[in-house]
Amino acid sequence: MKPGAKILVESLPREGTEIIFGYPGGVVLPIYDELYDSSLRHILVRHEQAAAHAADGYARASGRVGVCLATSGPGACNLVTGIATAYMDSAPIVAITGQVPTNLLGNDAFQESDITGITMPITKHNYLVKSAADISRVVQEAFYIAGTGRKGPVLIDIPKDVSTGLAEDTPLPEKVTLRGYNPTYKGHKRQIDKAVELIVHAERPLIYAGGGVIASNASAELVSLATLVGIPVTTTLMGIGCIPCDHPLNLGMLGMHGTEYANFAVMESDLLIAIGARFDDRVTGKIDTFAPHAKIVHIDIDPAEIGKNKRIDVPIVGDVKAVLQDMLSGLKKNNAYEPWLKKIKHWKQHHPLRVKDDGRLHPQYIVRALSELVKGEAVIVSEVGQNQMWTAQHFCFHHPRTWITSGGLGTMGYGFPAAMGAHFARPDVPVFDIAGDGSIQMNIQEMSTVAANKIPVKVAILNNMYLGMVRQWQELFFDRRYSFTELPPVDFVKIANAYGIDGMRVDSPDDVVPALKASLDCNGPVVMDFRIEREENVFPMVPAGAAINEMIGGHPRS
Amino acid sequence: MKPHTLSVLVENRPGVLSRVTGLFSRRGFNIESLAVGTCEEPGMSRITIVVIGDDAKVEQVMTQLHKLIDVIKVSDLSENERVERELALIKVNAEPGTSRAEILQIASIFRALIVDVGSKSVILEVTGDTEKIDALEKLLRQYGVKELVRTGKIGILRGSKSVPGSK
Repeated sequence: MKPGAKILVESLPREGTEIIFGYPGGVVLPIYDELYDSSLRHILVRHEQAAAHAADGYARASGRVGVCLATSGPGACNLVTGIATAYMDSAPIVAITGQVPTNLLGNDAFQESDITGITMPITKHNYLVKSAADISRVVQEAFYIAGTGRKGPVLIDIPKDVSTGLAEDTPLPEKVTLRGYNPTYKGHKRQIDKAVELIVHAERPLIYAGGGVIASNASAELVSLATLVGIPVTTTLMGIGCIPCDHPLNLGMLGMHGTEYANFAVMESDLLIAIGARFDDRVTGKIDTFAPHAKIVHIDIDPAEIGKNKRIDVPIVGDVKAVLQDMLSGLKKNNAYEPWLKKIKHWKQHHPLRVKDDGRLHPQYIVRALSELVKGEAVIVSEVGQNQMWTAQHFCFHHPRTWITSGGLGTMGYGFPAAMGAHFARPDVPVFDIAGDGSIQMNIQEMSTVAANKIPVKVAILNNMYLGMVRQWQELFFDRRYSFTELPPVDFVKIANAYGIDGMRVDSPDDVVPALKASLDCNGPVVMDFRIEREENVFPMVPAGAAINEMIGGHPRS
Repeated sequence: MKPHTLSVLVENRPGVLSRVTGLFSRRGFNIESLAVGTCEEPGMSRITIVVIGDDAKVEQVMTQLHKLIDVIKVSDLSENERVERELALIKVNAEPGTSRAEILQIASIFRALIVDVGSKSVILEVTGDTEKIDALEKLLRQYGVKELVRTGKIGILRGSKSVPGSK
């Protein structure tokens, strides 16, 4: 017989866990006591939200399940934003929370919150464990659910008397079987044949690739298919990295802040192949006008995504990797799309993304300078807002899982803790958090965590002393009435120094490359405070509710 | 917009009902009626839900229900020939010597049972489809309905077709 807490801590390495991000408290004391002697690495964060984001960043960078741990009540509630972020972007994490003892459940006991109730709509599944004997089975199921099918967060709530209660080790099945959970991996043969048939007969096909390609580790298959047949590829924010940025068939990101040529291609395409993407409103703009001339093939592991926002001609439910492999075997080399590719090339030449070169410090230049320095061999995490869009537009990503950002939920404060998690997944490459001065201050306390654990995250703050994206909307759509979007100047170098971290302030373009180089040469964490053009906008831009070819801040249509 | 009767086979576990109903409220559906009980399979329950909505929205909610780990099977009974029943208990004013006889007569026409007789009221038990119960309720209103309680609707497919047990 052993206590539930010991069963829990022993069951984590069995599921492949090496590291957990957490914060102790009253009812998780028995679990923390077991961690004291465990070989599991534990990173003490400074706020539970950061634990969830770090587990998420670890998961996205590694493809494995990330784990976070918090106490009951406020600890569990502080995980909520992180869990919702992981849910929206299908990131596999297991969140473990302590709970008040079972005899006090529902009694409004000290630090009690109904975290399984709270997280029901933002988890793939959750558990309230009632007996120590259930812990090992629940952990096994939780990792299985989080890491298979359409991935996502699973929460395990463990009352204190369950972690102190004694139970025997229970033998576990080799493979989890859950009657109500059987994801479809293999695509339907006839549907795949139909899709192949459409590709063969199309004149202007376009692949619209999303985060599902990366989640399914199908980037190689995607590039093979695109290259074999010669189909151009546009990616969503979450799909960036699934095809190298400099691949001739890559059109970059589509949607609200997508490239003009990607959006033009969507509007003129006669066959849109959506792969692991979900027709989000930030991608489609006005949905009725999205891809008006195209037949649509939609490949997704989640049947609920098919037809959710847009009518689909050929739905294929299955794992993207398996489906693409099957499609590849039915396709041959093809030169039929030459006129289409020529047209796209023309758009690319005449509508490139722009960087101003006027001697001032523009954020796009900083992102491009970093991109040229690391040449794709780094993990780039962003916060949310202008910093995120500038990085998505101007950084040249070469590999999947090197771009980590909160897409669906758009969580400011995500980047810095997610970058900490990403470092433990990819200690072999530098990890950068591209931040804004607004979002970095949402989890700035983690400077203490990176300092204490010598986590070498490089934070590049694109500091415009505004909540930049909201200010941009106010400028464009609210008559420049900057209501509560101006931030007072903050000396981030001093803050970094106070936490024991090196800091640099950069005011001119000439100092950008030396600062970035210095940050790469430094073994520990670094904070760079780039004082950028204050009223720089993210362009091009599709105003909310417009069709995606109605962009502002682009080039005149040739 | 038409009523859909959804039959949802679920694992009989704590919280499963709130997982299921939560999906409806999240999408702005009002549940018209709800009935839950154990079913032919041990460890399972069947939830019958009536919602009004357009076909596409109901289909989306059904696929979302499918994704719940505790949900085994979701079917829309409205697509098929089926039997649907509700049960109501109605407490009606019935002072002796006044309307009592009339109420008993109405009960017998509706094949309702008198399950309790008090000094000033009687309780009727009636089973049937929604329209039948609505009609009886309307008739009894004139005597004064003191209390009325209805179960949610339950439904089953006609013939040998059944709602299979696996997704």
